[in-house]
Amino acid sequence: MSTVDLVIKGGQLSDGRKVDLCISGEKIVDVTEKFVGQATSTVDAQGCIILPGLVDLHTHLREPGREDAETVLSGSRAGAKGGFTALSAMANTSPVADTAGVVEQVYRLGQEAGLLDVFPIGAVTQGLKGQTLSEIGAMADSVAQVRVFSDDGNCVSDPLVMRRALEYIKKFGGVIAQHAQDPRMTVGSQMNEGAVSSRLGLKGWPAVAEEAIIARDVLLADHVQSRLHICHLTTAGGVEIIRWAKARGINVTAEVTPHHLLLTDDLASSYDPIYKVNPPLRTQRDVHALREALADGTIDIVATDHAPHPLEDKECEWQEAAFGMLGLETALSIVQKTMIDTSLMNWDQVAERMSHAPARIGGYIQQGQKIAVGSNANLTVINPTQSWRVDRDLVLSNSSNTPYHGHELPGVVLHTFYKGKQTLNNGAMTDKEKM
Amino acid sequence: MRHLLSIADVSKAEAISILDTANELARVSEGAVKKLPTLRGRTIVNLFAEDSTRTRISFEAAAKRLSADVINFSAKGSSVSKGESLKDTAMTLQAMGADAVVIRHSASGAAQRLADSQWMSGSVINAGDGTHEHPSQALLDAFTIRKHLSLGKSDLEGISVAIVGDVLHSRVARSNVLLLSKLGAKVTLVAPPTLLPVGVETWPCTVSYDLDAVVPFVDVVMMLRVQQERMTDFYFPNAREYSRYFGLNTDRMKVMKSGSIVMHPGPMNRGLEISAEVADSARSVITEQVTNGVSVRMAILYVLLTGGALEAGMN
Repeated sequence: MSTVDLVIKGGQLSDGRKVDLCISGEKIVDVTEKFVGQATSTVDAQGCIILPGLVDLHTHLREPGREDAETVLSGSRAGAKGGFTALSAMANTSPVADTAGVVEQVYRLGQEAGLLDVFPIGAVTQGLKGQTLSEIGAMADSVAQVRVFSDDGNCVSDPLVMRRALEYIKKFGGVIAQHAQDPRMTVGSQMNEGAVSSRLGLKGWPAVAEEAIIARDVLLADHVQSRLHICHLTTAGGVEIIRWAKARGINVTAEVTPHHLLLTDDLASSYDPIYKVNPPLRTQRDVHALREALADGTIDIVATDHAPHPLEDKECEWQEAAFGMLGLETALSIVQKTMIDTSLMNWDQVAERMSHAPARIGGYIQQGQKIAVGSNANLTVINPTQSWRVDRDLVLSNSSNTPYHGHELPGVVLHTFYKGKQTLNNGAMTDKEKM
Repeated sequence: MRHLLSIADVSKAEAISILDTANELARVSEGAVKKLPTLRGRTIVNLFAEDSTRTRISFEAAAKRLSADVINFSAKGSSVSKGESLKDTAMTLQAMGADAVVIRHSASGAAQRLADSQWMSGSVINAGDGTHEHPSQALLDAFTIRKHLSLGKSDLEGISVAIVGDVLHSRVARSNVLLLSKLGAKVTLVAPPTLLPVGVETWPCTVSYDLDAVVPFVDVVMMLRVQQERMTDFYFPNAREYSRYFGLNTDRMKVMKSGSIVMHPGPMNRGLEISAEVADSARSVITEQVTNGVSVRMAILYVLLTGGALEAGMN
């Protein structure tokens, strides 16, 4: 009889198989109908779904520079709580992650936190200014081995700069993650332009400002035969363009955030900036289109765009407030609510959209592996029949700007395993002693 | 009613009751002693975070005629980035014991933020928030229209109103479309397509790009101010072209219906959206709007702070 470090008993894989899953060291060592050997510890997963550890391709960890909003450690804890085993730290920190030094610092902080993999994203242009390419090669060759480059928060709006960036990253198989927002069409914009903005007197953010950039960039990616990823798609029109581009064989992938799968622009009627986000919440019609596109694979992944902000940046007038909302701790529940409980997707598709595909796009070969013997033991265990009430005072993030405060959400993430180590046990962090 | 934030929150009956109360209070303003003791001992703060002379002094006169204590608080550009936050300002006013705050602010929704927050407990009166609403202006406009054209009815059924100009950036237009249509008037917006918001088709009004096609058929022509900064943002080629197509001049005034009136919320750009001849003509009720503004604002303060309307003959 073999002895393993840990057995997860009676859980259901995303394909429906009910298994006992054994872990030794950092690896999955057995996936069997009934484990009969010895295990040092046992986790009961009856009634739960076991997913490959979730991978977020779009996270704002705010360190360095805005540690009052989030740190790599606090963001890692929020990630583990939400079932993530890998995050991608966006480059819009202070200083900007546009040099090898900064990405290596963020990478090292992630290692020190040790709760999940933190993969830094490098800025496309120096200072996110859209004018001069940052040291893309140096970041790619650094310890952090950056493969994803983005000016997120800003759009790489100059078509020539975008073309050069797309070409340059072919050298090492990188990808440009574009924040699609035409800056001229969105000067001072506050929310989706439509019936609600007309009534509220808030400056409109037209869908076309997003769609025009997506259309331009898929054509550029086609022309230079490079790889493009569209961040946080929000419009029905954007979905159509991506669908067209994929049909044409263009190497483009796209993400949608959990909040754009659920929330709509009428929430701005409260003028509560908790609902102020970039890109803005759109209409019900857009929400339907995004859900369908995620289900049929036009949209490849769910990414959180987790954007922590301190209280004072949200406790003010709408137009003065910061853009962004928390996402890590609620992402899987929102996906269950909008995609599983509506029968639009099954758990296999959730595993694909939230683990396998984002790892593939980011080039994270240690992440998003199939649940099989020999794979890294990065796992998330969710009980889909339980529900929970979101409380902004209980989030692990340093910030509390969740739009779901008071919402009852389906699906409780009970356990997270990162490289064989349990980071979340029965909903509680295992690293309490460190705090 | 506890606050006055948006006309959307005001029912037709409540609006009529404010207009009726204003009617009664107007008689006070006509007397030798222009003062009622109703709000003696109550404190009303005029929080003006944006320049405005006429609205502030109108509210100040209204509060003083009801014997309230008035504090004027000018906090230009109150924002996190520029100085004291709205929250800190509100908590300061709360600590001073303000019973009501009349707020003018450059941010749409600022009045609602103040009312919905736990920062202060008094009534909040929106005296213009960004490009959102200006409900007291709409009420004084409705009061003025009713006085001239309703033939003794309490609402505005059957009256047609054209609102002309920069609708996109106008809080006066937003409040007036809601209120006038609520009171039964037929509202037509007239503007170049660039100065109408996307989504205007969901508003309770019709839209025209042709002032000449509308002017002969309406009872009220309400002109909106065109701000200087619109000239530089491609909304129209230049001031002369705007004036040619959307300005109210004597030629256009000549074809107006008999008995129809010309309104403007002020301040006017004479020679741009309205010619001097029209502004000073017999059809113009522009200065009367200012007079009525005080009575209507008295009524708003009266209804919000005493919790009831003033019945006819109570004084």
